Formats: sequence, C-alpha cells, structure tokens
Amino acid sequence: MQRARLATIWLGGCSGCHMSLLDMDEWLFELAQHVEVVYSPLVDIKEYPDGVDIALVEGAIANEDHLHLIRQARERTRTLIAFGDCAVTGNVTALRNLFGTPDDLLRKVYAAGAPDGPVPREAGVVPVLTQTVTPVHAVVPVEHYLPGCPPDAGAIRAAISEALQVSAIETQRK
Amino acid sequence: MSVRTLSINGQQVSAPAEATVLEAARDAGITIPTLCHLDGLSDVGACRLCLVEITGSNKLQPACHTRVAEGMEVQTETPRLQQYRRMVVELLFAERNHVCAVCVANGHCELQNLARALGMYHVRFDYLSPTCAVDITHSRFGIDHNRCVLCARCVRACDEVEGVHTWDIAGRGVASRVISDLDQPWGESTSCTACGKCVLACPTGAIFRRGVTVGEMERDSAKIRFIVEARNQRW
Amino acid sequence: MDATELQAIAERNRAARKRIRLHCCTSSGCQASHSLLLKQGLEAAVQAAGLQDEVDVAGVGCMGFCGQGPLVEVDPDGLLFEYVTPDDAPAIVAALSGGDAPGVARGNLRHPFFARQQLVVRRNGGKIDPERIDEYITAGGYQALARALHDMTPADVVDTITRSGLRGRGGAGYPTGLKWATVAKAAGERKFVVCNGDEGDPGAFMDRSILESDPHSVLEGMAIAAYAVGASQGFLYVRGEYPLAIQRLQKAIQHAKKYDLLGTQILDTAFNFRVDIRIGAGAFVCGEETALMASIEGRRGQPRPRPPYPAEHGLWGCPTLINNVETFANIAPIISNGADWYASIGTAKSKGTKVFALTGNIRNNGLIEVPMGTTLREIVEELGGGAPDGATVKAVQTGGPSGGCIPAHLFDTPVDYESLAAVGSIMGSGGMVVMDDQTDMVDVAAFYMAFCMDESCGKCIPCRVGTVQMHRLLKKIAAGNATSADVALLKELCAMVKTTSLCGLGQSAPNPVLSTLTYFPEEYESRLRPR
Repeated sequence: MQRARLATIWLGGCSGCHMSLLDMDEWLFELAQHVEVVYSPLVDIKEYPDGVDIALVEGAIANEDHLHLIRQARERTRTLIAFGDCAVTGNVTALRNLFGTPDDLLRKVYAAGAPDGPVPREAGVVPVLTQTVTPVHAVVPVEHYLPGCPPDAGAIRAAISEALQVSAIETQRK
Repeated sequence: MSVRTLSINGQQVSAPAEATVLEAARDAGITIPTLCHLDGLSDVGACRLCLVEITGSNKLQPACHTRVAEGMEVQTETPRLQQYRRMVVELLFAERNHVCAVCVANGHCELQNLARALGMYHVRFDYLSPTCAVDITHSRFGIDHNRCVLCARCVRACDEVEGVHTWDIAGRGVASRVISDLDQPWGESTSCTACGKCVLACPTGAIFRRGVTVGEMERDSAKIRFIVEARNQRW
Repeated sequence: MDATELQAIAERNRAARKRIRLHCCTSSGCQASHSLLLKQGLEAAVQAAGLQDEVDVAGVGCMGFCGQGPLVEVDPDGLLFEYVTPDDAPAIVAALSGGDAPGVARGNLRHPFFARQQLVVRRNGGKIDPERIDEYITAGGYQALARALHDMTPADVVDTITRSGLRGRGGAGYPTGLKWATVAKAAGERKFVVCNGDEGDPGAFMDRSILESDPHSVLEGMAIAAYAVGASQGFLYVRGEYPLAIQRLQKAIQHAKKYDLLGTQILDTAFNFRVDIRIGAGAFVCGEETALMASIEGRRGQPRPRPPYPAEHGLWGCPTLINNVETFANIAPIISNGADWYASIGTAKSKGTKVFALTGNIRNNGLIEVPMGTTLREIVEELGGGAPDGATVKAVQTGGPSGGCIPAHLFDTPVDYESLAAVGSIMGSGGMVVMDDQTDMVDVAAFYMAFCMDESCGKCIPCRVGTVQMHRLLKKIAAGNATSADVALLKELCAMVKTTSLCGLGQSAPNPVLSTLTYFPEEYESRLRPR
C-alpha cells in the first residue's frame, strides 16, 4: 500500500501542538504504517517537498519566514489542516497585536526604559515580523480546522484518520 | 390562564398567552441559542442569536421578545438562521480579545459553548485586537473588558435585581464599554454593594471573582432567576 | 384669540407693509457667508438713501438656492441677487430705483431650479421672517388649526390626512393617516405627539431649513395632530447641531403661547397642547423612533425591538405619535386646501411633494421641492443643471447612509417610494448627493460605511461589529489587497447585517455597498488580486 505523504509545519506557536501529536503514543506506530513524514520539525528535512498529501500547520503567521513557508506549503500540499488555536485564531501568538506595530513591539521588548537603545533588525538574520499576527487561513486557504490549545491527542487522531481516508479516496481517483 | 397553540419546527406546542416564543420553545424541549437573554432579567433583543422565522412576517423576529400567538408557525433552525448565528459568534470573536487559552472562563464560557454548538470553527474576519482595560480595583471582583461581549446582562442584573444600577454602558459602537457609576474604577464605586450578581450574570470571563482559578470559574447564572422568582412568589 | 383675530393681525400686518421688501436670507448657510452683516448693510443703505418709508429689509428663511448664497430678493419686483457680500448693499439699494447693481451677480427666478418647483412645505421659505409670528399669520398661518378646532372633529382631521395620501417623510413612507388613526384609537389617558427633527444624513438639510425658515408651520402641524389623536403634550426633538433652528423654535413657541395658539384653551377652545424642545446630543441613531423616545425619557439613546410600536407603547408607555419635521409641515396646507387637492399632486401611491437637498457634484446646490414622480433626470439635469465644469454625472445617492447609489442609466426613475426601492435605494429623508465620473464608488461605499460604523449605538452585534468588518473589507478592496473571497464574504456579511440588525440603522447600513456592487461591479472587480 502506498503511504500518504504527511508534513507537519511549525510556525508561530509554542510547539505544544506537536507535543500533543506525540501524545498519541502507540498509535504513532500505526500511523507510521499509513504515512511517510516528508517534512516536520521532528525530522531533518530542510526543504518543503512537492506532492504532500496532508499537512498539519501549527502556529500563527507572525513573520516573513512563516509567510514564505506557508505559501510554499499551500502550493505543494493537497490538504492543509490548521492545527491548534494559534493556527486557527492567532491565539497567544496574536496577543502581540495589542502592542501596536512590530516596531512598537520590538521597542517595548528590547528598549524599554532606554528610548534610544538598540532594537534587533539585522536583515537576513532575524525574520522580519509581519504587521499583525494572523491565523493561517487569513493568508492561504485552509481545508480543515482543528482547534484546541493544544488539541488533545484523541482529536488529532480523529482528524488525521479522517484526512487519511479522504486522501486515500482522492488518490484512488487520480 | 389562556393558552395559545402554535407550531415550532412543525411540532405542535401550547403555551400561556403571555409567553414568549423562546419560553414556549424551551418548554417544548426545543433549544434556541441565546446570549443576551438571562432568565429573570428583562429582554433587550440585542444579540440576535434567537432570531426565528415566523410565517407571514418578512422580518426575522427575536424569540425572546416575541409573544406567542394562536396559529403562529415558527421555524428556529433554517439554514439561513444557522448561518446568521454562526456569523454573530464570528463577529463577537473578532471584536475583542477572546483568547480562550488564557481565559479564566475557559470551559465555563457561554460564548465558547455557542461557538461549539453552532459549529463556528474559525473566524473569517479580521481580528480587531482593541486595547481594553482590566479593572481589578475592587477588592473581591474584577472586570476584563477584553472578554466583554456587551450583552448588558450585568447592567440589567444590577439594575433590575439588586436595584443599584452600578453598571451601565458608555460610548457607542465597538467603542462601547461597560462602566461602573460615572465611569469610575469599580473599587471606587459608591453604589456597588459587592453582591456579586454581575458575576453570576456574566456569560464569559469578563466579570470574575478574584483569586479564583480556571477550574473554579463555574457560575450558576440560574440563581438570578431563583432570586427573582423567590421575591415574586413570597407568601 | 380666535380666527377673526388671526385675520385682523394679518390685515394689520399687510397694511403696515411698505412698497418694497428686500428679502435677505438669514438661514444657517447664508449666515455662514455673512448674511447678517449684509442685512445690516442693507438697512444702513436704505437709511442712507432716505428710502426707509418705502423699503423694508426682512431677514427671511431659506430660498433654496443655497450654493449661490447669500441671496437677496426684491419683492415684488422679482429681482434676485446672488453671492451678495455686505459691500454690495449700497449697489442693491441703488438698483431699487431702476438701473443696475454693477458688480452684483443677478439670479433668475424663472430658472428651472425655481420654475420646476412646487412649494407646499417650503411655501413660506424666503418670504417671511421666521422670527415673527405675525408674518406667519399674515401668510395664512394658524388658519388651518383654527379650522380643525372649530369646524372639524378629531376623526374628520384623521380622515382628511388619510384621504390626502400623505406618507411619512422621514424615509420609510408609512401612511401618515393610518398612524394617526392608530394613535387616536389607542387606549390611554395620556398621549404624546413627537416631532422628529434629528435629521442626520450626510448632505441632508431639509428639516433644518424648514425649522429655521418656518418654525410655526411645524408647530401648527403638531397642534393639529395633537387635536386629532387626543394628545396634550408634544416634544420637538432637534439635534444639537442646529442651534439656529432651536433658537427660532424657542422663539416661535413663546410667541405662539402668547397668542394662545399653544398652551391652554387654544383659540378659545377646550384644546390644550404644550410643546417642549428636547435637544439631541449628537447621536445619529436617535433619529430612530424608539431610540429618540429613550433619549426624550432621559435614558441612553438606543433602539428597542418593535413591536410594540410607539403608537401603542411610546413615551413612558403611552400611545405616541411620531412624525418628522417635513410631515408636520405638510399638515396645515392639507387641512386648508383639502385632501383632494393634496392627493392630486404626485403619483398613484406617493402623494404630494418632497423636499430634497441637492448636493455633491452638481451645478445648482440647494433645496428643492418637487412633486412626487418627478424623474431623477429632471432633478439632476434640469433643476440641478448637471455636473459643473463639463463633467458627467455618474450616479445619485438618495437616502443617505441608508440609501443606495442610482446609476445615470436609471435616471428616468420617477422619485417615489416604490420606484426608488425598486432600483435598490430608498426615498429616505431627502438627501440627494450627486456624483460625477471622477467619483470612486468603492470609496463612496466606504465613506457611508464609516459613517454607520461611527454612529452604530453598539446594542446589537450585527450592526456594532458588522459595520466595522464591512468597512474593513471595503478598505481592503480599495487598497487592492482583497481577493474574490473577500468580496464573497462582504456580500454574505451585507445580507446578514441587513436581515438581522435590531433597527433601521443596521438594517439599511449595507445598502450603499449593495447598490454599488450591483451597478458598479467593475469598480470592485478591477482591484482584486488573485488569491
């Protein structure tokens, strides 16, 4: 049987959703029968590959690197699942929106009390922050939403199972 | 007591003549979602979640504010109503900073329950991310305007049940804010009796008891109705 | 005071008239261009020329041709001077004895702007001094009230209004007679009559002009209404932004009381009617009748669900009749001239005349009153003179933020309640904003949405948050950052806000978006980016 190509993506989030994924414990072995993990913070693959069937996207869109990766992922993936509250709503990551523009924020964090103090802004080193933090679907279309902070392992298992079935059917149709 | 017979979702229902469509539906075991309604308080028809379709009326009517009538035909779950209700909840989530993960009411929140019940899984609108104050000047309670949905249940509970009218609403549109007295910090309010009815009435985590953990945030809003009924049925 | 005394006042006043009257507009618009100084200048020039026995200088209400103000009209010679400055006064007075007034722009009272109008509501505008009750009485004022009180039963009055076909001029067009009949029939010891003068649409100034130019016409209409429905207390709710209107109304009420035309035992009958002014504090939503009543009662100006309607459950729970300024100004002429006369003006379903504030990219700015059924083309092209500077007119926005944009190819639409609704707009209170081909319709929609968003009271969620989100989507489209999914979401949101909002403000807020989406879709689509 051909295994589905699964990716997991870690954007602006705490990685708690990935931890919850690992909480599926022994079901991970069963999952491994059905999927091939082609991209993930859990594996050492640098470039997002082509022809991904399902991608779990953890985290909100908070900087230019996230934007680049999610657009790439969208082009190369059949089914995107917004994975956890940060991806679905912005959640805690988006709390920075309350502090104004990225510049306001960086000043607040790095130069509080020292108005002329240095703010890290080295091009090409630290990713440039987006104007606001947004959920994933505000940037690219998303097929499914899996809320929770983090979603519990059972919910993740149900979502992946469902997506795999759909994926199998769609693969057959091709 | 005169009785009216009507149909709700095709089901024959009878109700007292003075009952609202919402009361008639609930008595018949039909759930209509609500947010600004709270048993025991007057109805203001503000949240628009309980809108229903009534045959012969080209406008949707709020079930909480519409009296039953003989032969009335009510629909409470048409696709259009479901779509509008989901959007109402979507708009609320986008309006202020409802971050469930860091909210004291997580798991005990009517807004969260509504989202779940109505199938509102994600918000398609821009989050407005306003900067809202948190007032913890009161020794026992706090109000976090980030979580307020402006249902005005606190305003009515305070005015109609406790009778002191500490709360009211200032400003307009999305800039509306619940205020205590003449927009003083809650702790400086001279009218507040610290009775805690606003805490009972609040559907979200906006008004909370201080020093209470997330797991302990359960509130029994039915107590408001109990107080009102007990007062009216004294013998 | 009785009817014969009214006539005596009129005759006395007529006899005291001098040969020539200089009408100098002293409404807000012309006052802003120094017409009070101009009036003083005219008085001084008359003195200087030794003409004080022959020439009167009268400060009068609005003549309508506001874009060309300040205006001075010579009665009875029919001369009209435009853009007059205080320095022009001597030249105008010199021209009274024949000859020219060099350097002063001459207007033409036979211009279609004037000639095509039919004045019912604005009958006294630009003719009488609004601060002198005697001038109103001389023009036939309060005769209708006398007739109603002496010769008609309340039921006769209601019947006359019903047969006249008059419909509410506040925008919705509810049959006035039907409303009066409902309040008359409603059980209750106390009843109220309320005049809604909370005109707030951007670009609308019909009611301000009526209140400033002819306050007694509104008071008389209210008194007749009170008699018809059995009320003894009235409230005139005027927005605080109209200080001159308020000042003139206060004066008018005072004068009317002195003449026993308001107060107790009006015109020697058992009819009592007291009118108090309530001043709005700047909330557009208080033009909505339930919010207006809350405001009068001293509560937060927010609407409540209807039913119950004010006719049954109004101020302090009592039956209350609410009509707007223009509706009341129509009453006295209907009682004086009869229902049949009024019903002969206008169309089958929309009777009488309507006042419009013609503004925007139009040559002749100002107030016009035309019979219902006049086409938009006649209004825009003939009365309005089209767009200035050779531009072409692209659309007309009627009904303010609650209305819609009507494109030029539909300008043959007659102006009546049903026809305007059929093309996706509304009559509204009478604002008419003309837009030329340089106008960006997405910007227009965003402008009106910004207005609604600022004016939403915040009570119901669809209007409070929906208007903000509609505005955001419009701005996103205008900036070229939107996709077709955003337009789809905008349409969905429009439908939701329109259908589910608590009051008219929210229910009509999407109209400018919907009408521009219908008639100018290319202006939206051309800015979308691919998703």
